[in-house]
Amino acid sequence: MSPRIVYIAFNTFREAVRDRVLYNLIAFALLLSGAAIFVGQISIDIERLVVVNLGLTAVSLFGIVIAIFIGIGLVSKEIDKRTLYTVLSRPVRRWEFIVGKFLGLAGTLVVNTFFMAIGVFGALLYVAHKFSKPDALILVALYFIVLEFLIICSLALLFSSFSSPLLSAVFAFSLFVIGSFADDLRGFATLTHGITRWVATAAAYLVPNFSALNVISAAAHQQPMGSHLILQNTLYALFYTVMALSGAVLIFERRNLK
Amino acid sequence: MNTMAAIEILGLEKTYMVGFWRKRPKRALQPLHLTVEEGEIFGFLGPNGAGKTTTLKMLMGLVFPTAGTARILGREWTDPEIKAQIGFLPEQPYFYDYLTAHELLDYYGQLSGVPAKDRNRRVEEVLQRVGLTDIKGVQLRKFSKGMLQRAGIAQAILHNPKLVFFDEPMSGLDPLGRREVRDLMEQLKQEGKTVFFSTHILSDAEALCDRVAIIHQGELRGVGAVEDLTSSVQGKVEVIWQGTQIPASMKALGAECHVTGDTVRAVLPENQQDAAIDALRRERIRLIAITPLRTSLEAYFVEKLQTSSSETLAASTAGKTLGTAV
Amino acid sequence: MTAPQRTTAIAAACLAVSMSACVLLLRNIDRIRPRATIEDALYISSPKMVKRASLGFDGLMACIYWTRTVQYFGHRHFDNARTYNELAPLLEITTTLDPHLVPAYEFGASFLAPKPPGGAGEPERAIRLMKYGIEHNPDNWHLYYDLGFVYYMELKDYPSAAAVFESGSKVPDAHPFMKIMAAQMAAHAGDFSTARMLWSATYESSKESIIRQNALEHLRALKVDEDVTNLEAAVADFAAREGNPPVSMSELVMAEHLPGFPVDPDGNPYQLTLDGQIQVWNPDDFPFITKGTPPGYNPPPPKFHTQN
Repeated sequence: MSPRIVYIAFNTFREAVRDRVLYNLIAFALLLSGAAIFVGQISIDIERLVVVNLGLTAVSLFGIVIAIFIGIGLVSKEIDKRTLYTVLSRPVRRWEFIVGKFLGLAGTLVVNTFFMAIGVFGALLYVAHKFSKPDALILVALYFIVLEFLIICSLALLFSSFSSPLLSAVFAFSLFVIGSFADDLRGFATLTHGITRWVATAAAYLVPNFSALNVISAAAHQQPMGSHLILQNTLYALFYTVMALSGAVLIFERRNLK
Repeated sequence: MNTMAAIEILGLEKTYMVGFWRKRPKRALQPLHLTVEEGEIFGFLGPNGAGKTTTLKMLMGLVFPTAGTARILGREWTDPEIKAQIGFLPEQPYFYDYLTAHELLDYYGQLSGVPAKDRNRRVEEVLQRVGLTDIKGVQLRKFSKGMLQRAGIAQAILHNPKLVFFDEPMSGLDPLGRREVRDLMEQLKQEGKTVFFSTHILSDAEALCDRVAIIHQGELRGVGAVEDLTSSVQGKVEVIWQGTQIPASMKALGAECHVTGDTVRAVLPENQQDAAIDALRRERIRLIAITPLRTSLEAYFVEKLQTSSSETLAASTAGKTLGTAV
Repeated sequence: MTAPQRTTAIAAACLAVSMSACVLLLRNIDRIRPRATIEDALYISSPKMVKRASLGFDGLMACIYWTRTVQYFGHRHFDNARTYNELAPLLEITTTLDPHLVPAYEFGASFLAPKPPGGAGEPERAIRLMKYGIEHNPDNWHLYYDLGFVYYMELKDYPSAAAVFESGSKVPDAHPFMKIMAAQMAAHAGDFSTARMLWSATYESSKESIIRQNALEHLRALKVDEDVTNLEAAVADFAAREGNPPVSMSELVMAEHLPGFPVDPDGNPYQLTLDGQIQVWNPDDFPFITKGTPPGYNPPPPKFHTQN
């Protein structure tokens, strides 16, 4: 495995940081501290619930927005700005470029999530005054959120490899919304007949299954997660990512760069 | 003696489909056959839109040809490993503007496979060579056009490639900068590298190149060593005489005459030289000087372009009527 | 194979393999996951909150909740559940989001009001739901039917039922039988024939498969109840005349001149017990029967025996 992928990944990370993406952490910190203080004042016995739900939802939404906004430009920006020419004139394979970009973006989000996690636990400590054992489930929820990020990044990259930034943003965001209702889509598919059923079922399985990965309220209610489920969801996210990246590679390999 | 060609272009061709609804084919490059020898400076000349950049992009693997292949340094042009041996400076390059010059070159060095222990030294060396050492810590977004061009050259030669491709390397440079680039290209040749550069500025090509190729509207119009090409075009002589009178017979010989003060300067074909002298003697006009003019590359270039386009024009009028002919 | 061709082949293979893996894993995950969706869905169980959370996309959310309601009931019914606690909130949320989603009211009439395990056992909430539906859809005569149905069947409030059917018959384009039902209710409340008319009407007018099946089962049960009632009356007659109950069904048939050997809708003969009780051959085949069951009989959750 060539180190070029790592170099590209690191450079993508560096670009995101210098693009001041990590400043979103400030907004996040303000939001969470405000909520924690507010809830602490009211003291209606669900402080923990609010902090965990709000915190994790914010981590998820901020991250999705960052993933989409950076992801859609990953390839198209390099083509438009022609920075890609001097990169591809080197022994860099086109697929290495795609994988490297993906790892760079995913890495950025993992780092971002890490800092946000500290924020969430900090806010939790403030309102609950101590940690209890079931709080470890928050880590599971965070892990699942990172898995969601992997999927969204790979999809944004896929769209970026052939589409303009605006269209890519629309597609990626739509898939995020539809994926959040994937359970309902599959339920709907079972109620239809004939060709509609085939189409609906195919769509329901191809859409990323964010509803399975959204365990925020379970973590808030301290419901445990089976390890079998964690493993399967991990594998699902990994395979889905590979699927989207393979698509991106196939498209990008063929693209004539104007 | 190693006679491997540095570049062999074997019928590379590119046709685009243009139009929004009904796509029509547009030929950007006719099948091109060209060979560039090792160790020479080769000029790829043509006006804007001739197909120079298309050819270069195909060789770099950025654009896929409709037909044809090429060999670079003896290997298939799609082999990713040869990229370690070639350098490329694109036209009006744009780099990651959030990086400094040093960081950019270090990154490119990593991608080109320059070993870590050598990398820093090489980056410093090449920054020195293009004159960017003072501003190596400045972010590229603050660079002027000329500075960006130097950075571009730096990244092209950083990994010590055997073959270098420059697309319009002089663009955006002031005369001093252009001189420096010309010197650099000479140095590269001294180091045994092959330089392939495209330009539409003929004086540069004339000064630097061993051989040139001329391309226009996607078609190769001429290839060869500079001297051979220029000498194949008919030579001219310059005749200067006293007075402001232009004999009728002079005009009949096809002279172009300019009156400057109290002398006339005429340029006419070499083989009319004796007839011109006779004409002046008959009119008792005092001859001041006769000087042979070496035809510049420009004349050859213009002639090649005009001939071919008039041939093309003739071909196209054969089948259909144009409106008002120009 | 050149390098680009190799890359294409590998990428294509990765695409195919990962796509299959995704589908397989998803099916697996579905099996393992706790039926958490509905509980999650009702994390916000207040309809007003859901409406606010929908950000104005009420119609779509109503459709999603309606789909979930049908699925919820279907799954639990299939799993022989005994309770349907989430049915009322689901229906309330659905109709708050879209008061004109008429199938929801019909569903409520059939399954909210009846006692478990046939339904959620919340007739009062069902009444409220129907009234809400009528308020928002005053031109829909069928909603009056649904409301009257609940009054009649579950609450046995015959005067209210008759009044509702009367109002419903006044709606423009109301089906003629609304007037007939009003009259029937006034005169023959509690009769088998009235109940039969109601259930037949439900069966005829509903498009929802599970509601039709439910109606069919009730019609079967009605037949059994009616048969058993008649047979019990025949036994009583016999006992009054002869002084002791008949010893066998054949004796009863001959003595009372019954049209034929009595069989239930499945074709199985009714049993005459030693102490003169009439019993159904297999009570489990007839959910909803109120007569003809052995003493101490505990009905299992209802299973629909018919297709469509």
